[in-house]
Amino acid sequence: MATTPTTSNAAKQDPQQGFVYLPLIVGWLVPGAGHFLLRKWGRGALLAASIVGMFAVGIAMQGKLYSNAHDILDILGLIGDLGSGLLYFVGKVAGLGADQVQVTTADYGTRFIVVAGLLNVIAAVDAHNLRTGRKA
Amino acid sequence: MTHFSAVLLFALFASVVFGITQRETPRRMLRYGVYCFVLFAGSAIVLSWVMFLIAR
Repeated sequence: MATTPTTSNAAKQDPQQGFVYLPLIVGWLVPGAGHFLLRKWGRGALLAASIVGMFAVGIAMQGKLYSNAHDILDILGLIGDLGSGLLYFVGKVAGLGADQVQVTTADYGTRFIVVAGLLNVIAAVDAHNLRTGRKA
Repeated sequence: MTHFSAVLLFALFASVVFGITQRETPRRMLRYGVYCFVLFAGSAIVLSWVMFLIAR
């Protein structure tokens, strides 16, 4: 009985406890947060800075946030954008991004936003692999 | 922003994510990240020269 508080504290501090897909979901919603959840502070900060930075540069270049899926390229772009998680939804709500690509840099910006989403998916899967022990 | 600075930024961000996610130890992450950055930036420079020479 005397060991109960110690065990309880260890369970609270052990990142391997709880829902196994939590780092994957949290990492998708907020870039780097999956790694923060697993106490990989340095990796999480670098991932967050890279993904949020790429998304922000894309927005600054007047890149387009996909919202409609009329053809196959729009569908693929939308899937890529959705990889950014909350960044995409906050961007849509805040009205960020251009509706139409009108200058050359905006075309690059659109790719930056899509690739930021794809990189975020890679980071979230990496957090899941850390959680399951597939990666050290 | 110039095309080349956009290339460098793209290479930097992508290389950081690739390095962290595709390798396990910090030393190997750094080496792989630098490797990816050089490949991204280097291939852009080489392809730019190829297109320049083709267009002449």
